[in-house]
Amino acid sequence: MEKKPSHVRTVIAYIVLIILTFLCLFFFYILIINASRHHSEIQKGFSFLPGTAFVRNLKNVLKDANIPVVSGIKNSLIVSSLSAAIATYFSALTAYGLYAYNFKLKKPAFIFIMLILVMPTQVSALGFINLITKMKMLNTLYPLFLPSIAAPAVFYFMYSYMQSSLPIELVEAARIDGCGEFRTFNRIVLPIMKPAMAVQAIFAFVSSWNNFFIPALVISDNSKKTLPILIASLRSADFLKFDMGKVYMLITIAIVPIIIVYIALSKYIVAGVALGGVKE
Amino acid sequence: MDKGKKIKDVSYAKYGYFFIAPFFIAFLIFQLIPLGQTIYYSFFEYYRSGLKIIGPNPVGFANYQALVESGFLKYAGNTIIMWLIGFVPQIIVSLILAAWFTDVRLRIKGKQFFKVVIYMPNLIMASAFAMLFFALFSDNGPVNSTLISLGILHQPFRFLSTVWGTRGLVGLMNFLMWFGNTTILLMAAVMGINPALFEAAELDGCSPRQTFFKITLPMIRPILVYVLITSMIGGLQMFDVPQILTNAQGSPNRSTMTLIMFLNNHLYSKNYGMAGAVSVILFIVCAILCLLVYFTLNADDGMSHGKKKKKARRA
Amino acid sequence: MKKTLKALLSLALMVAMVFALAACGGGGEEGGEEGGEEAAAEGQVLNIWCWNDEFQSRFNKYYPGVAEVAEDKSTTTLTDGTIVKWTINPNQGSNYQDKLDEALLKQADAAPDEKIDIFLIEADYALKYVDSEYTEDVKALGLTDADLADQYQYTKDIVTDSNGVLKGTSWQATPGLFAYRRSIAKDVLGTDDPDEVQAALSDWDKFNAVAEQAHAKGYKMLSGYDDSYRTFSNNVSAPWVTGTEVTVDPNIMKWVEQTKEFTDKEYNNKTSLWAPEWAADQGPEGKVFGFFYSTWGINFTLLGNSLADPEGPQEVGNGIFGDYAVCYGPQSFFWGGTWICAATGTDNPTLVCDIMRQLTCNPEIMKEITLNEQDYTNTVSAMTEIGADPEFKSDFLGGQNHIALFVEAAQKIDMSNISPYDQGCNENIQAAFKDYFDGQVDMDTAKANFETKIKEIYPEITAVNWPE
Repeated sequence: MEKKPSHVRTVIAYIVLIILTFLCLFFFYILIINASRHHSEIQKGFSFLPGTAFVRNLKNVLKDANIPVVSGIKNSLIVSSLSAAIATYFSALTAYGLYAYNFKLKKPAFIFIMLILVMPTQVSALGFINLITKMKMLNTLYPLFLPSIAAPAVFYFMYSYMQSSLPIELVEAARIDGCGEFRTFNRIVLPIMKPAMAVQAIFAFVSSWNNFFIPALVISDNSKKTLPILIASLRSADFLKFDMGKVYMLITIAIVPIIIVYIALSKYIVAGVALGGVKE
Repeated sequence: MDKGKKIKDVSYAKYGYFFIAPFFIAFLIFQLIPLGQTIYYSFFEYYRSGLKIIGPNPVGFANYQALVESGFLKYAGNTIIMWLIGFVPQIIVSLILAAWFTDVRLRIKGKQFFKVVIYMPNLIMASAFAMLFFALFSDNGPVNSTLISLGILHQPFRFLSTVWGTRGLVGLMNFLMWFGNTTILLMAAVMGINPALFEAAELDGCSPRQTFFKITLPMIRPILVYVLITSMIGGLQMFDVPQILTNAQGSPNRSTMTLIMFLNNHLYSKNYGMAGAVSVILFIVCAILCLLVYFTLNADDGMSHGKKKKKARRA
Repeated sequence: MKKTLKALLSLALMVAMVFALAACGGGGEEGGEEGGEEAAAEGQVLNIWCWNDEFQSRFNKYYPGVAEVAEDKSTTTLTDGTIVKWTINPNQGSNYQDKLDEALLKQADAAPDEKIDIFLIEADYALKYVDSEYTEDVKALGLTDADLADQYQYTKDIVTDSNGVLKGTSWQATPGLFAYRRSIAKDVLGTDDPDEVQAALSDWDKFNAVAEQAHAKGYKMLSGYDDSYRTFSNNVSAPWVTGTEVTVDPNIMKWVEQTKEFTDKEYNNKTSLWAPEWAADQGPEGKVFGFFYSTWGINFTLLGNSLADPEGPQEVGNGIFGDYAVCYGPQSFFWGGTWICAATGTDNPTLVCDIMRQLTCNPEIMKEITLNEQDYTNTVSAMTEIGADPEFKSDFLGGQNHIALFVEAAQKIDMSNISPYDQGCNENIQAAFKDYFDGQVDMDTAKANFETKIKEIYPEITAVNWPE
């Protein structure tokens, strides 16, 4: 009796999932196809079939001394991992501070963070650059990850997650056991927050990985450029060297590390980590 | 009891300050001054003519006045329409997927695979994504040639030359880029629910639909509100997709010009006065909307988590 | 052994450099010092800012003073020990200009070796920098009228400020021509001879008449909306902006009129520059009569697009290689080009002057660049020489000596009517009227949209005037 509707549900689920999977993976497919095609083939339009220029494009990207791919990957990895780590840890810390403690400025602090969450940032970019220049941090990687300490969106997610998944009794229990406050946070709260941290770490990593605007304003040295800047450099090549095959190849190369990081972190999402602390 | 709690709160309060200190210090160092300048300069005439700096000359509310006379409302309308085109399917699909993925009774082979795949479009840079969209939907691209060979169209549909074609593509691209993100957030929220609740529901003979509406939805409400608010902010600040897809023009006929694209036009001559005014207005609108949504949906939740949680858990 | 040889060689080069630099000193205010020792007393670091590696590769290959190029190309060491530091910021999202502007505004406070010495610009925004205090008078640096005499006038017009002072110089000229398909010309006009085709296309009325004939035979005259734009916009009667008012030139409106007519009568394919359909129209499947292209575009982009097998040999039989020919078309125009400017406050004025002299005025180096890189260089004499060479021909253009046409075309270009607003005006008028050609808006709305956009991006503009 119960079986039939569930069967129908399974079939529908499969159909929807297969369509969505197709839509999602299709773009990777064309990306790789284009990375294997010759510049003028790409210019003339679309193809479902791979070209013959894969090795050629790869060689062209790797031998271009002005496009330091390896250091680009290294810089992107440094900036993105630190951004992700810093954003998640400090946001969880801040969220916990506002969630678990009662103090006078609690409500104003919360509302303040919510307000800066909605502030559009485009305009302040140049002010930010001026500031960085005065702090002698122009052309360094620090301004690309240090500001992540104050990530209002990540904070808000952590806070919401605590609301739905972190019973305050747990904290109280830890206190009774004589656990210090920072120890409680690091040893008890963080493990519970693991899925939330993994999720936000992925998001922070990806958005930092693909960020062009601010890094491009901060970094000028070739050896410090991140991948999106290198891709933009290829795209502003002069007409004799402009090569879409190279552009797509570099985009493809740039996507490989992020896929690896994503799959590594996604096990926390995929496996449905048991939420130790919540089992009452 | 109440008295006891109060004493405890007082003794622990300083930790609250410790914990939130790094956030506020980093904010003060890196963001406060530029943010303050944004607001401050919105009351000035301050731009560059070539390399010549004009201003800052105080002009009172002149920039705001100019905004009222500009097409500001039209761009706000464009922004909201394009956000809805992407967001409505996004939240529906994400809720369904989150429910499916976390439903132990629904046996789908390769569930893990699907969970991983849905987020993948977000890994592609928006600019690269837009390049692929161009190729796909161009006049002789695969979408048009498929539609023609199926006999649905007789001549290519020029997607990016029509209002709804362009808006539709912006919505579609936003949907594809963000539905995985939303699904993951909601999944994380569902996984945070005490599994005992689902077990109990199953024992009580709840249908998947009942479980979803009676247990899942109420339990993930904070995250759902989070998704709604951040999507709304993201939507009102929509920029990169229409910017790249229409080559910064908001074409056709400025019908895909979003508020931030409008703001960005003013940044061409570093017009901090006008751009600042757009920011401030946008900020006020966003803030009102967000606080409204937050306190309506979290009315009885808000900041007083402790007691509420106990009730929810007992329920 | 090898090392000694290298050392000797660089010593020899150094001596040569000292002489070259000594030649540069005279006449300039900053370049007042004489000889090599003083030159060494100038800054140790020469900062060059650009948006791609085009100038860098020319510099490393052709500047006589180059001693060593770093492995990552980020610096080039000169024989006198000066280090050339390359700062390359991509164009995307106006990143290059944003950073350049910030750096120039802080130039006065920067440490000597961090000051920008040379930066590169393009024609559309040249006056923004040229007509400012942030660029040096190249003659004050030491370039003489004799040095500059061999350059095309239009390349000098573009970097001349409102007081008539020359503020930059270029190694390229990029005159444009109309590249047409020989086979289609034969079918439509009964001839593929460049002179006869030119006679049939020598003004816009004739051009439009041929468009009609081509359409009757099942061809398109042009591929897209913006193909002919430069041909009109380079021949305006006044600058875009005078005072604080934009005046749309009648010639721009002629472009609007022609393009609307071509679109409605299906004489074009409704494409845009660089769109996939546009590139495909230039290939073997294309049915388009011709394309307005300049030097680099013909030798490289058009050639690449014409091949059926891009990796196959570049010879007749591969796609439509050999089926194109060039003629002047109805009006002269240019497309592209890069200019070198000296930043005010440079601490290496003598070296900057020498770089400009060697890389933009030295006919020997210019000719070498043309022969090796297919750049059409900014030297009337050397180009005229190649143009007159009966041996020189392009297989791609069916044996035509296209350089001969470029020589003529380049001299007819008149760019005295540029303004600092050209980039914004040219980009946005095309964008605004694209909707009109597409049938999405009427003429008045297109005009209004242009006005709105211009006033947004240039707050100082108070009015936009339309002809009639």
